[in-house]
Amino acid sequence: MHIPCQACKKQPATVHMTDITPAGEKKERHLCDVCAQEEGVMPKPQTNVPINEILTGLMVQKSTIQQLADLTCPHCKLSFVEFRNSGLLGCSHDYDAFEKALVPLIERAHEGASHHIGKVPRRLGTPLTAENDLIRLRKELLRAVDDEQYEAAARLRDRIRTMEH
Amino acid sequence: MTINDLAKKPGAWLRGDGPMAEIVMSSRVRLARNVAGYPFFSKATDAQRSELAARLRGDLLPTGEGNWDYLELASIEELDQQVLVERHLISRQHADIRGSRGLALSNNEDVAIMVNEEDHLRIQVLRSGLQLDEIWSEVNRIDDRIESRVEYAFHPRYGYLTACPTNVGTGIRISVMLHLPGLKLTGEIERVFRAAKDMRLAVRGLFGEGTEATGDFFQISNQVTLGRTEEEIIDGFKNMVVPKIIDYEHRARRTLLADRLTALDDRVHRSLGILRHARTISSEETMLHLSHLRLGIHLDRIRDLDLRSVNELFLLTQPAHLQKIHGTRMTGEQRSVARAEMIRRRLAGN
Repeated sequence: MHIPCQACKKQPATVHMTDITPAGEKKERHLCDVCAQEEGVMPKPQTNVPINEILTGLMVQKSTIQQLADLTCPHCKLSFVEFRNSGLLGCSHDYDAFEKALVPLIERAHEGASHHIGKVPRRLGTPLTAENDLIRLRKELLRAVDDEQYEAAARLRDRIRTMEH
Repeated sequence: MTINDLAKKPGAWLRGDGPMAEIVMSSRVRLARNVAGYPFFSKATDAQRSELAARLRGDLLPTGEGNWDYLELASIEELDQQVLVERHLISRQHADIRGSRGLALSNNEDVAIMVNEEDHLRIQVLRSGLQLDEIWSEVNRIDDRIESRVEYAFHPRYGYLTACPTNVGTGIRISVMLHLPGLKLTGEIERVFRAAKDMRLAVRGLFGEGTEATGDFFQISNQVTLGRTEEEIIDGFKNMVVPKIIDYEHRARRTLLADRLTALDDRVHRSLGILRHARTISSEETMLHLSHLRLGIHLDRIRDLDLRSVNELFLLTQPAHLQKIHGTRMTGEQRSVARAEMIRRRLAGN
């Protein structure tokens, strides 16, 4: 047997709730779909949320994937799909050709890092080394502050300032 | 130096000396490098691979710096390549791929440079025990020397470019080979592995890449190669990771001595008994018992053997080494018999 809706008293109730009042009493409610939506108990079906908006969202993603899949290195002719399958790049230029797709991969593999701060070939001279030293010193400064090594931090700060000017 | 000579002597990294040699079998640092102007190995043509190998061969061999050999892998037979794999001088992959590729090897086997592996160059230095600083300065020196003659593929943002982006940046891979029978026996090994994995370190079995960590030997290596300096990566290993594991292993060994001495003695001497008397033995079983001998030697439960002679057996009982020493190809069954005989002889059983 159907319980009639307690609000409109016409439609059969399809939503059954047990509320606990602030006084701690149990209170049963039986509503039909329409009244439940009116009272905000049940979400209204969002018929006017454009389904095509969701689809467009998907399509944007799909087209990005498509774009990545279509990438090919002009030098070694390696396609991004080939790289995904083998895990191996074909030449140095791939790092620039596939940059967009590679950076997230690189960051995931290296705990968020995407800049080299280690050894630099001597032929490249000092500018890059100086830049790397700065990155390194800034990291050390953060660590010193974290460790509450304030004297060391002050020394590092001064060195960084001197190098920056 | 021929492969035949090589196969008869123990590898430098198994000497059983160096700091912490009772737990750290060996340490290795390798740098991955590629030469600018050539495609990476997978996209290089045969002609480019050969040209590169010839160029590198000239630039690798240091003049007036001790004796080096260059082995052209394509022209040596499969069993000889297998000997090099067992000695950890080349990778399984390096042996298996085709085309022009080589190995520049210092005569005392502590420097091994693979040419045309996954990257054009894999410069590796191996030593017995825990010697990461010494190894790093050596590998860095070799790298500087090669770099003075060859232009490496280098990117201002990503550093040294490698065929696989997981090696990019420093291109450095540090590995230490650990012998952890104590932690295995006390059942704490899993905890150590979990901790290592949390620190983004890879744990593998004795034979490196692609093998499960079975037995009591484990290789631990870094995975992050970018965003840190070489020294930071080495320091993390040397000051944090390895000493902690060594400490755990020492503690486990002390627990065995204090609480489970009879069980420990039983295990060690059973292994010694089997090795001294077995008539046929597989490679896996050999590893297991040799591991117990190493433990027994360190804890002074066995006094008439030393680490070095036990370490040597790890290598000389491997399939390719056995066959080279016997000068003949053998089936698995024949190897098991030859292996048991060699062990009996070396451990002076009967």
